[in-house]
Amino acid sequence: MALLDVKDLSVTFARRGQRTVHAVDGVSFSVDAGEVVGLVGESGCGKSVTSLALMGLLPRQRGVSVGGSAIFDGTDLLQLDQRSMRDVRGRDVAMIFQDPLSSLNPVIPIGLQVTEVLVRHRDMGREAARKEAVALLDRVGIPDPQRRLKEYPHQLSGGMRQRALIAMAVACQPRLLIADEPTTALDVTIQAQILELLKELVRDSDTALIMITHDLGVVAGMCDTINVLYAGRVVETARRKELFAGRRHPYTVGLLRSIPRLDAGRGEKLTPIRGSVRDVLPWTEGCAFAPRCDFRVDACLGEPPAMTPTHTGHEYRCVNPVPLSQPEEARA
Amino acid sequence: MTEVLMEVRDLKVHFPITTGVLFDRVVGHVKAVDGVDLSVPRGQTYGLVGESGCGKSTLGRAILQLTPPTTGEVRFDGVELTKLPANKMRGMRRRMQMIFQDPMSSLDPRQNVESILTEGLAAHGIGAGRTERRDIINKTLDAVGLPHWALSRYPHEFSGGQRQRIGIARALVLGPELIVADEPVSALDVSIQAQVINLLDELQEELGLTYLVIAHDLAVVRHISDVVGVMYLGALVEEAPSDRLYREPLHPYTRALMSAVPVPDPEVEDRRERILLAGDLPSPANPPPGCRFHTRCPWAQPTRCASERPVLRDVGGTKVACHWAEQIAAGELRPHEVRVELVRPGDEGEAPSVVSAPSEPGSYV
Repeated sequence: MALLDVKDLSVTFARRGQRTVHAVDGVSFSVDAGEVVGLVGESGCGKSVTSLALMGLLPRQRGVSVGGSAIFDGTDLLQLDQRSMRDVRGRDVAMIFQDPLSSLNPVIPIGLQVTEVLVRHRDMGREAARKEAVALLDRVGIPDPQRRLKEYPHQLSGGMRQRALIAMAVACQPRLLIADEPTTALDVTIQAQILELLKELVRDSDTALIMITHDLGVVAGMCDTINVLYAGRVVETARRKELFAGRRHPYTVGLLRSIPRLDAGRGEKLTPIRGSVRDVLPWTEGCAFAPRCDFRVDACLGEPPAMTPTHTGHEYRCVNPVPLSQPEEARA
Repeated sequence: MTEVLMEVRDLKVHFPITTGVLFDRVVGHVKAVDGVDLSVPRGQTYGLVGESGCGKSTLGRAILQLTPPTTGEVRFDGVELTKLPANKMRGMRRRMQMIFQDPMSSLDPRQNVESILTEGLAAHGIGAGRTERRDIINKTLDAVGLPHWALSRYPHEFSGGQRQRIGIARALVLGPELIVADEPVSALDVSIQAQVINLLDELQEELGLTYLVIAHDLAVVRHISDVVGVMYLGALVEEAPSDRLYREPLHPYTRALMSAVPVPDPEVEDRRERILLAGDLPSPANPPPGCRFHTRCPWAQPTRCASERPVLRDVGGTKVACHWAEQIAAGELRPHEVRVELVRPGDEGEAPSVVSAPSEPGSYV
């Protein structure tokens, strides 16, 4: 039994006079304890909306509708009311956001922001919470934590802010961490520090981690299982090594071919994907990727493609997948 | 020997830090660029990499005289730009153009594409009449792969990749020789990134352009540059032909930077050695004495590093600013753990407080 089992998650935003947006359109995946699961995709693929839906952070108002189920340890996160969600959030499931400066409160000292979680969820007294906060900041590698507690977010560097945010997220030893582009706002050397820290946290405490990112390099080094999203649906899912070695979906192949690699030579041509993420087909009319796909056949239109399973657990949503043997030459 | 199109000698850009309500008092300087030499041969691409705050953008702007340099020389095709009178400089600008990072904020939302592209032509008096200018513009649109109907549209009507093409068209329409591209693809999605990178490559081949590409993404810079310069705290620490730099980086900072770039291949990711740097970039207002990198360098030695500022010197075809480059390359020096030095944003010149943290989690693995 997985720790979190997301089934057919869908999120739609409807606005009067405008077309309804299917931001997430039937996403399913599961996360085990101690496992790192990656959700990868470009802007607009629904990866962030997925995380917000799981955390119950989407605005509860008319026009926003969430469907499907997300069973976390026996309870459906999507069915919880605000009050019980507040108990889960921060204690069992915690989130790390992309931009630490805008997700920390600028007018409250770091210490208070970290202790707040401890007082709320672990019923600690102020003194005990302060001690614990020092230990937490120390654990995430913030030097001189005693003094940092009194400081405000603007007094810390970007990397240190992200560490503080991680300290808040792991304060209650959550069983599931959701990291939404945790290193996108950071420089590469700082990114390497933060990723190392996240790996360590997962290894030491058996926390499950959902890693949301656009960077295939980050998932290649971190995730056990990878889900590639396109236009609100998972188009390919596989174990880490299998995805990179035996990618079948044209979108995954296209993504990997369009990334300049550090270990490739100067002048090696990149093969970009045609068009832009705007050129999508609604999933009801066929494969959303068809307008940009070089492997398109007639069967791509009309019927939405289903996930094709393989015996190794690798699945892809494509009727004309890239042949396994020569994925390099296939695209002439 | 290829002809050098642009040459920079000992360029410095210092921004004053002022305090005071009525009268500004200068209390220090942010040394954004602090002594850079580089030269770009005609028809080639020079890539400038570094992390945020290293001064790479300021250097790019100073070369185009958009930010006046404090001291130093910038020579473009033999003409010294820093001493050029304003009216002559205006004429020179036709030959050197810039592409900016964020096409949404660098294009005027209230100008349509035609007006954006005509502005430069009119300012430099290129093209006799409307039809002639139209002709030039249409040719440029073809070159960057935009349809002609784009002319009457406004920037918000385009996708990110197309907007960046408009930005490139604006630079190209004047027929420049040098293009300074500051983070030309970092605001774009990966699939679009590749389109723009390929476009820049094709344009260079077709028009013989010279590029100075400024980016934080090593993989991108490696892909499009012939020569790469690595910047740290306002100065170049290493400069080498692209392939060579990636094959054998000599400066400890370059090594750390390269080992930090994730490669989309699990086999490579699992194998590679990682050098994790401790702490953050020190403040450019109060750079460390000696080698700027010695506070974070896993190879820092007790002698010379903290007292003597290394200059770029030639080590087997690579220019590197490190006292111990040969010994590190030969494996005679071993990396050691680094104590984390606390860096604050907005550090304005007070002595850095050294904190003895036991060890950064995974400081050097």
